[in-house]
Amino acid sequence: MSTEIDTARAAALLDDAPLAHASLFRFATAGSVDDGKSTLVGRLLHDSKAILADQLDAVARTSADRGFGGSAGGIDLALLTDGLRAEREQGITIDVAYRYFATDRRSFILADCPGHVQYTKNTVTGASTADAVVVLIDARKGVLEQTRRHLSVLQLLRVAHVIVAVNKIDLVDFSESVFREIEADVQQVGRELGLGSDGITDLLVVPVSALDGDNVVERSERTPWYTGPALLEVLETLPAADELESHLESFRFPVQLVIRPQGALAPDAVAGGLDVEAYRDYRAYAGQITEGSVKVGDKVSVLTPGQDPRTTTVTGIDFAGAELTEAVAPQSVALRLADEFDVARGDTIAAAGTVREASADLYAALCWLSPKPLREGAKVLVKHGTRTVQALVRSVSGKLDLATFKLEGASSLELNDIGHAQLRLAAPLPLENYLHHRRTGAFLVIDPLDGNTLAAGLVNDHPGDHEDERYSI
Amino acid sequence: MSIETTNEDLELSVLELDADSPKAAHRASEERASVSKPRGEAVARLSSLDTLESEAIHIIREVVAEFEKPALLFSGGKDSVVMLHLATKAFWPGKVPFPVLHVDTGHNFPEVIDFRDRTVERLGLKLVVGSVQEFIDSGELAERADGTRNPLQTVPLLDAIQRNKFDAVFGGGRRDEDKARAKERILSLRDEFGQWDPRNQRPELWNLYNGRHTVGQHVRAFPISNWTELDVWRYIERENIELPGLYYAHDREVFARDGMWRAVGEVSQPRPDEEVITKTVRYRTVGDMSCTGAVESAAATVRDVVIEVAASTITERGATRADDRISEAAMEDRKKDGYF
Repeated sequence: MSTEIDTARAAALLDDAPLAHASLFRFATAGSVDDGKSTLVGRLLHDSKAILADQLDAVARTSADRGFGGSAGGIDLALLTDGLRAEREQGITIDVAYRYFATDRRSFILADCPGHVQYTKNTVTGASTADAVVVLIDARKGVLEQTRRHLSVLQLLRVAHVIVAVNKIDLVDFSESVFREIEADVQQVGRELGLGSDGITDLLVVPVSALDGDNVVERSERTPWYTGPALLEVLETLPAADELESHLESFRFPVQLVIRPQGALAPDAVAGGLDVEAYRDYRAYAGQITEGSVKVGDKVSVLTPGQDPRTTTVTGIDFAGAELTEAVAPQSVALRLADEFDVARGDTIAAAGTVREASADLYAALCWLSPKPLREGAKVLVKHGTRTVQALVRSVSGKLDLATFKLEGASSLELNDIGHAQLRLAAPLPLENYLHHRRTGAFLVIDPLDGNTLAAGLVNDHPGDHEDERYSI
Repeated sequence: MSIETTNEDLELSVLELDADSPKAAHRASEERASVSKPRGEAVARLSSLDTLESEAIHIIREVVAEFEKPALLFSGGKDSVVMLHLATKAFWPGKVPFPVLHVDTGHNFPEVIDFRDRTVERLGLKLVVGSVQEFIDSGELAERADGTRNPLQTVPLLDAIQRNKFDAVFGGGRRDEDKARAKERILSLRDEFGQWDPRNQRPELWNLYNGRHTVGQHVRAFPISNWTELDVWRYIERENIELPGLYYAHDREVFARDGMWRAVGEVSQPRPDEEVITKTVRYRTVGDMSCTGAVESAAATVRDVVIEVAASTITERGATRADDRISEAAMEDRKKDGYF
């Protein structure tokens, strides 16, 4: 009835307040059937002490009911991650589940993606926001077709860090030669895909035993031939995508809405000494920085579909009463501009001269996520940044064989297919190549009838364009 | 390394680059040692709380921009108070552009209702109340045998949503609260009956939220989905957010039932065999008086609570909510029926 206090843990977390400085890191897990993914996730949560006593009690009861006799005091760690009643009853994972844990270096958000049901849909969903993805391989089985599919999807989604965990290393007697063979196979697949060698992504391979905890949180003495870090150490030290991208790419800011109180000021703004009259003409553009950084005084272009870009200067960066001199992705702020343009939701503010001309022709890879197939001639909605426009599917130019990485002829896309298509948009959008812009190169395809999300879209260059070419504006 | 100040300094640089801080530089060099990437540029880094705050504000603004008539569920509980605080920041210096909605079970703690009313008045908001008592009085709802009214909130909630034509309802639900919530989307579609269909959810990709819905459907929006209980408390501390007093240690007359300390009150009376004693307690959640238990605690300040939460070995729902103990799937069942 009283709250039990683990004071040592509290001290570790709060002394010197490392949490106040810890950054956020998002990762996903992907794997095939029975490769021990749920056990690995349970192990990470358990060993990083993210599992609390009552959750552990509930799982221990169920483990005992089912006669489980593994490690961790007879607890089936996989049970920690089964969320829905049907999942517990059927012993499978249906949907992406999100888990949270923290070490004194980082806070983690884990998207646990089931491997066997609709793996493309779940992997694409989990990977879209992930800084890293952990792909599991069973050491007894090595690289399977499923592994190739996973790595192929992760390369396409441009996940910054791909970590292959070679699990059940205990079941191959901690054999270095088995691990090295699998490691070589993984690197070979990586080379075929350009994963880890494209300057955008990296590919790491770690031997683990999720059941016993080897190289999960602590380095294992049973794999003396492996001198690299344990999995959690890797996750604690890899740079998050925003950290990598914030200075590499230029400033992008889709406008969400215009803040124009016209005298209807928040009471705390008035109480804080704001003059209602002075704020009568206040106008700022609210949004989240999707890439890069911006400073007061920076030259920016306002991109409005159907109009020529207009260039102006940032005169203020506001955040809830604080005037900032600089802001960086993924901060949510409100920008004030020198010129009183007509700027509205759906417009994009970007570093001046860095965005190519808006286009109504959209060439893209589509990850098809709906049971309703895509047909040429279909009318859909495209949601890009803060704008949604109508679109016509002109052609499907093929679909990827994820195992061989080859493009096959196809004129439609079905659930879990990834293919290429050309769409004609009702209004031009400032589309950018997904390869270089993980936010402004991404879009949703939405069914105009029921509003469901049909596909995840990744903008390709127009045929004939050079990948890196940018038009000056 | 992070934004240290949000309200006090008028001029501040939000960025401390790695190179400016010896500790950060040390950490950065470690990172570069473990990942051999030819990318050595100094990068800025936000703290996890800053990132979570930015994500929540982005979601709140998206919902306001894309929906006709949103409302915020506001109970006076800490998660809803944090939600309202985020909303004030999202639209500053403008007012929060939507009303707040409370489902009053009639069994709420009086001090929480006071807090609710003071907050609404301070921010100049419109308050819409759905009353469980009125539904019981009119015979549309029946009191349960166990006296718990939390499960009865669904009907007045859906009635208030339909009567006011709210098409989006913000909630302070978090995925770390419960196994079923761990699988719910940030924008969660509800059908004409307010039901959640966990096996038929839209994939949620990047930061592109799809809130499209047909007439009669509405969307529940959970901007702090990715926060943990500790994040909420650290944010309350950092932002100096006021909460109802019962979140902090105080002396109260209580009795033991179902392994929890229950407050003595009008709707929460001990049975003859239950002894009433005075304990120093606080609440980790404030729901219905008839099913919310207190924990013994000496945590009298927000700092004390942050330390207690960081050190706690029991989840907040496990410690204090009788309604979630009914079965392992209790929350999932209530959510499917249109609960928060």
